[in-house]
Amino acid sequence: MKRRGEERMVPRVEFRSYYGQPVIKPPAWKSPDVPAYFFLGGLAGASATMAALAELTGRPRLAFAGYLTAGAGAAAGTGALIHDLGRPARFLNMLRMIKLTSPLSVGSWLLAGFSTLAGAAAASTVTGLLPGPAKAAKAGAAVLGPAMMTYPAVLVADTAVPAWHEAHRELPFVFAGAGLASGGALGMLAAPPVEAGPARAMAVVGSALELAGETALRRHGLVAEPYHRGRAGRWFRAGRLLTAAGAVGTLLAGGHRRGAAACGLALLAGSLCTRFAVFEAGRTSARDPKYTVVPQRERLSGQS
Amino acid sequence: MGNQLSGPVADVAGQSGYAGHPPRMGFFTDTSVCIGCKACEVACKEWNLVPANELELRGTSYDNTGALGANAWRHVAFVEREAPRPPPVDLGMPGSGPPGGQTAAVPEDGMQWLMMSDVCKHCTHAACLDVCPTGSLFRTEFGTVVVQEDICNGCGYCVPACPYGVIEIRPDDGRAWKCTLCYDRLRGGQEPACAKACPTDSIQFGEWDELRERAAARVDALHAAGVSEARLYGADPNDGVGGDGAFFLLLAEPEVYGLPPDPVVTTRDLPSMWRRAGLAALTAAATIAAAFLGSRR
Repeated sequence: MKRRGEERMVPRVEFRSYYGQPVIKPPAWKSPDVPAYFFLGGLAGASATMAALAELTGRPRLAFAGYLTAGAGAAAGTGALIHDLGRPARFLNMLRMIKLTSPLSVGSWLLAGFSTLAGAAAASTVTGLLPGPAKAAKAGAAVLGPAMMTYPAVLVADTAVPAWHEAHRELPFVFAGAGLASGGALGMLAAPPVEAGPARAMAVVGSALELAGETALRRHGLVAEPYHRGRAGRWFRAGRLLTAAGAVGTLLAGGHRRGAAACGLALLAGSLCTRFAVFEAGRTSARDPKYTVVPQRERLSGQS
Repeated sequence: MGNQLSGPVADVAGQSGYAGHPPRMGFFTDTSVCIGCKACEVACKEWNLVPANELELRGTSYDNTGALGANAWRHVAFVEREAPRPPPVDLGMPGSGPPGGQTAAVPEDGMQWLMMSDVCKHCTHAACLDVCPTGSLFRTEFGTVVVQEDICNGCGYCVPACPYGVIEIRPDDGRAWKCTLCYDRLRGGQEPACAKACPTDSIQFGEWDELRERAAARVDALHAAGVSEARLYGADPNDGVGGDGAFFLLLAEPEVYGLPPDPVVTTRDLPSMWRRAGLAALTAAATIAAAFLGSRR
């Protein structure tokens, strides 16, 4: 039987370059700092929204796990981002201005607001102090949570890196799906199955969204090739396998303690792999002049 | 207000809020008269105190600089390739051969040797400047784009944003660096160091409007002389970056010199990116809400 998808070959292309050197510079962002931040930000965002709704609907243990994860994830993610800076001591310069053309400026303000609110909510959840203001913090973090999940897709797409920029329609949904899946997975791991029904639903729907978004990348042909080759390809396939297995497992055995734990771990790992896949695909895409030159040449010949 | 994200801009500095500013300044680099002497690279490093590159033989013709980067704000590319060679250009300089660009100067082997001094393009729509979160990168009154090293925190966003691969983080320093079009010299009424040092006027500095007229005339002259490959690069305000403040006359396709054939400022698509991310965030929020509404205890 003829297999489609994975086996499809992109035809070899002829193009010229300067001694095979890259045209654009590969991202200077460090790994694991930045892909880890994408994972932590998505996990924290989904957890914050999940926790607030869990508290509203009388699911205390799901809420407890969600608030703690949101606070800890935001703090760890902020740490990873500061560590990634070339001059970490100047991290406050990120809040020097508000600049709508810079997704990193918008994201820094979003992260500053979210991590403050999620941190306050987590602190109050643990200590029981200031329950009144904590309510407002919890609500605020819950509203900002979904934005935390998807804005990193704009961060990478707003570059000259072909595998990122050309995927700007699909990546927000990949990130939303991966974030939902990780938040749901956390709930399945930390809360008893009787409380974790919504977490299971988040995990399954999120996984489907992530997988669909990744499949849609194929329409970009040559530009999407880095997602399927080499190091990025390995992360990508591992992520899809873990996410699909975790989602199917959740449907079959998510209601049992052990099944939920195993599926939760698989989904968290899958969500992490997806972020590394996107990050590495961008690096590959920037390093090979083919991905920059060939689509631009095609665009030019299409015009004339 | 109303800053455009793409397309031609009549007054670049004015759009950035300058009133009563000097005319837009830029470079016209005419590669047809470049002799590959690298005086521009040296002069730039001397004036701007750019650290030396490690001595390295790259095996790429006479190019041992490699590419533009944090420590190379001018880069002379050397292209050796088999191609019909354009007739030599008469520089009006004394030589040992017959005067006036006679055929004796053309080698028999059909090799073409192209040299080109590359530099930051100082785009009309500069992606590095658009994405910089700290305001370290700014538009000067001359319409050029400059990094303020006392503000840059090394976030690195400008690096993959540049469609030309110009700006880069200096590893031992942690901050982003690139050509300033000698902002300090411009403010003192001087021309940039590279243009000052160029012995053949391959690098021409001046008012942008005037340079574009000069460049168009030069292409016409070369075409009339039979050099049909001559073309301008970055001089069209209708291109993907709204035209380059520093543009070029090339004798081959841009990618042969390591330049992107059709660069586009990434922020042109930013509104659509934010819309997609917003839609995805709403989808995520609706999913979580539905997960709770649909689950019974």
